[in-house]
Amino acid sequence: MPEQASLASRSATLMLPLENSKFEIRGLGVEYDGESALRDVTINLPKQQITALIGPSGCGKSTFLRCLNRMNDLIPSARMLGDIFMDGNSILSSNVDPVELRKRVGMVFQRPNPFPMTIFDNIAYGPRRHGVRSHSMLEQIVEETLKKSALWDEVKDKMRQPALDLSGGQQQRLCIARALAVQPDVLLMDEPSSALDPISTFKIEELMLELKEYYTIIIVTHNMYQASRVADYTGFFLLGELVEFGPTVEIFERPIDSRTDDYVRGRFG
Amino acid sequence: MQSPRHTFDTQLHALEQRLLRMGSFVEEMLEDSVKALVDKDVSLAEEVIRRDDVADELDLDIETSCMHMLALQQPLSKDLRVIGTALKITTDLERIGDYSVDIAKTALELVSEPVIKPLVRIPQMAQATARMVRGALEAFVSRDPDKIEEVVRLDDEVDELNRQVWNMMIQEMQENPSTVSRAAHLILVARYLERIADHAVNVAERVQYMETGVLRQLASSHQML
Repeated sequence: MPEQASLASRSATLMLPLENSKFEIRGLGVEYDGESALRDVTINLPKQQITALIGPSGCGKSTFLRCLNRMNDLIPSARMLGDIFMDGNSILSSNVDPVELRKRVGMVFQRPNPFPMTIFDNIAYGPRRHGVRSHSMLEQIVEETLKKSALWDEVKDKMRQPALDLSGGQQQRLCIARALAVQPDVLLMDEPSSALDPISTFKIEELMLELKEYYTIIIVTHNMYQASRVADYTGFFLLGELVEFGPTVEIFERPIDSRTDDYVRGRFG
Repeated sequence: MQSPRHTFDTQLHALEQRLLRMGSFVEEMLEDSVKALVDKDVSLAEEVIRRDDVADELDLDIETSCMHMLALQQPLSKDLRVIGTALKITTDLERIGDYSVDIAKTALELVSEPVIKPLVRIPQMAQATARMVRGALEAFVSRDPDKIEEVVRLDDEVDELNRQVWNMMIQEMQENPSTVSRAAHLILVARYLERIADHAVNVAERVQYMETGVLRQLASSHQML
């Protein structure tokens, strides 16, 4: 019937217009020891929106995420192909300093990993490394970022206490605050709530929805329902390939590719 | 190899079977209500009215299953569309049962009244409408787009017959005012059948959505006489 044709005519990899894109990714591939982990990904990622990357273990989604702040540079056997442009400039070119890049593209990991120091020093660590010396300036940054990450009210009276005394959910929000303290444009999140209880998970998700007003957020998640709750766009990876990318509601209500359909319906295997 | 969601697949299959059972049940209510009207069969009309409780129970049962599956299985994509479709279809089927009851009640009203003239168009309408209900359910089972098109085509036929009944009854009332009450009842029966046909079109629309993910009106739901 004609509707089938119109559904199929929606491209599985929707290309967003460049003016709305934070990243333009062109023919991106990653090899580890010559083994291909990611192949020929070409996509634009939207600015100040949340993009979720889903797919089974080993599909390449975390590899993709780590390309966006060149974390793969830390793996000697990794080789990147293609190019990534952020705000129109290549981030893979040799004259880009990965440390400077990671200041603009912050990252939050699966397990909360606060430094073994006070709450204050955890947040002040990044700004200090980037040259902020004034204590009043540091205090201001710490307060602002803790407020942004919805943790201020819970920790304002215990700034000198060890960060590791906080609960798991609070530690993860502290890690988000730590990433925000160096004023990035982009926040990469790799399974940020998979180690947290449901209430802490919802708090992280609410926080993401608030933060997208200021930041571009890319999240890797195994939890499809998390992707459906928070993401504006979703990309599905399988065997190192970006199978489908589009508005989240399209991916979860009427995906085009049968592999996406099988995966979101839990029919793999 | 067994699907990783075998239990859920079994539940979805059972839901489809329940919908089909309810569909056949209300289709029979429709046919019997018109038969009771034509044959002046009081016991059949009363039987149709009694069956409404069963139709309501089937509706509640389907809705409950859908809500349980939504709450417990977190369906997505096609599975989500099947359950969303079932929730909508069951309401359409329940309404078809209600209209059949309205026709059966009219049959009881008219049982002691003399016939104006032998009923021709209303049984034709009923036949076409029952085919639409059956066709929509067959489309649900077979996912066959041709079945959907047939339902839409038959809807035009039902609309045309409804127009004819209306015109004939208005003429009858003008020529013979003693028939006003009976003619008005028959206009209502035609109207009930026309509404049932619209519900069958709704079912067809939902089947199409279930298959394609695109929700589109297949026919105008309100006929202008």
